Order: sequence, then C-alpha cells, then structure tokens
Amino acid sequence: MAAVSANVAHIMDSVDRQIINGLQGGFPVSEYPFADAAKKLGLEESVLIKRVEKMLGDGTLSRFGPLYNIEKAGGSYSLCAMAVPDAEIEHTAEIINQYPEIAHNYERDHYYNLWFVVATESPEQITSLLADIEEKTGFPIMNLPKQEEFYVGLHFDV
Amino acid sequence: MVLTDTDRKLIVAIQDGLPLSPRPYAEIAEQLSLSEQDVIKRIRQLQSSNIIKRFGAVVRHHELGYTANAMVVWDIPDDQVDAAGKKLGEFDCVTLCYRRPRQLPLWPYNLFTMIHGKSHDSVIDALEKIAAETGLGAFSKEVLFSGRRFRQRGAHYGQR
Repeated sequence: MAAVSANVAHIMDSVDRQIINGLQGGFPVSEYPFADAAKKLGLEESVLIKRVEKMLGDGTLSRFGPLYNIEKAGGSYSLCAMAVPDAEIEHTAEIINQYPEIAHNYERDHYYNLWFVVATESPEQITSLLADIEEKTGFPIMNLPKQEEFYVGLHFDV
Repeated sequence: MVLTDTDRKLIVAIQDGLPLSPRPYAEIAEQLSLSEQDVIKRIRQLQSSNIIKRFGAVVRHHELGYTANAMVVWDIPDDQVDAAGKKLGEFDCVTLCYRRPRQLPLWPYNLFTMIHGKSHDSVIDALEKIAAETGLGAFSKEVLFSGRRFRQRGAHYGQR
C-alpha cells in the first residue's frame, strides 16, 4: 500500500477551517444534527453537508462520525514495534495492513522502524493476532500495551 | 456499560461515518430496524460512558499542515513516571501521553508522548521547551520522527 502523500491544506478556506475547528467533537445527536450544527456555525444545513462531503472526498477529513475508546467496551489496544530491514519495510507494512485490526502504521527513524497500533475486541485477541503477524512477516514484535493514559487531546486547530 | 448486541451493531454501523443527510440517525435506525429515538438514545449512552470519546470531524492532521510528528519516549524512574506523565500532558503540543512497559534490554523507555507540529524544527523547539520547563530534560529520551504513513485510520470492529 502506498503511503498517503496528498497535501490539501492549501485549498481549505475559512468556512472549512471553521467547520473543522467547530466539529472535531460535539456533533449534535438530535433529529436534525446538521441543521443544529449549521446554526451554531452560522451556515445553511445544505452548505454544511456539502462541505463535509467535499472534505471527506479530498482527504482533509478521514471520517465524519465517532472516535471510539474500545477499552471502555472491553476491547484492547496495543502499540507494537518491529525492526525491519529497509528493503523489506514496504512489503512488511503491506502484510500488516491486511489485518482490519490495524489502526495506524508508521515508519519511524529508529532501530525499531515500523510502528503500528492494533485494536481488538478483547485483550486475549491481541496475543493471537500478534503471533499471527509475527508468523506471516517473519519479524518479532515488541508489544507495548498502554498501562496508564495521562492525556489524549488530539484536537488540531487550523 | 454492558453492551448489548444492538449496541454492537450500532457501533459497527456508524464506525466508518454518519450518513451525510439531514436525518442521519433516522437512516441508521432504518438499517438496523430501530427507531430514530432509540438510535439517538444509544449513541448518547455510548458517549456518556466514554465508549465514543469524540463525535464529529476526524481530521487527517498531515493534510492540515501538521506534517511533523514525533514520538518522544522517556526513561523515567518508576516512582516519578506518573507525575511526569501529568506534567507532559499539560502542554498543548503534546497530543498523547501514555505509560507503557519497558522491554529491557533493548527498550528502556516507559513514558510515550506524541508531539505534533508544522515542521521538524517546531517539534524540536517545543520539545526543548518542554524538557526545560518540566525538568525532565535530565532523563534519557529518544525522538522518533515519523516517516512514511502506511495507514492512518480507525480500526474496524465486528463483521463487515
């Protein structure tokens, strides 16, 4: 899988920015949520819907909906690292990305150069998933499950 | 909160995003043979129990100009790691802060922070400021900048 390389920051206008800043959390859960949100932003409902559609289409937004914390529902996340020879990193990333449980998969400049996050519906599933990935890729995984969360504030001002 | 089968179906139904129409919850309700009010009530419950931690626009930070992101990992003595984690989490540019197990001998680091910035240099400047202000500059750390992104999205749950 090719890495995403599009950079669309330059084609956002002030309305897009206002929508992104205003709607990273707190989208209404009501009968007419786009109308309610649009009113707060000073926009028409149809304009808001079209803008969101456009930003999903051009990749500014990856999704418009929920961001889950599946640990609260009994699920489990872990951060995993692998040390992979440079020549094999793309192929290895491709194998790993075939699993739907993979949420993120980044190259980083370190001896451990491939870092990915796995999310499963139970902690037990992590163990078997990682064993399977190790077998398919041929590389051992360093498993770094979260022990304590001090802060999660992924909010980006634009 | 104990999830019912209906909750699980709802979680799966909206995980890729809401329908972009004036009454998205009514559309989801129809797919799942529920009432609109039931869908609204269940989503609110998922939010109040923090299973849905955020609801709305999920951005690709790279496309917004936050093209540099570094995972900064710290080796902090066990009896100080909680205090250090709380301090680090207070900085705006620190977007994630977790304690994770060391994997000795190769991996001595137990505190993980993610720092996002608009350039490599801005991330380094921010890190220096953080290290100085918190006094954590005394501990050993490594900075792992991201290279290629092979995937950035949420994981998928359940049968599709």
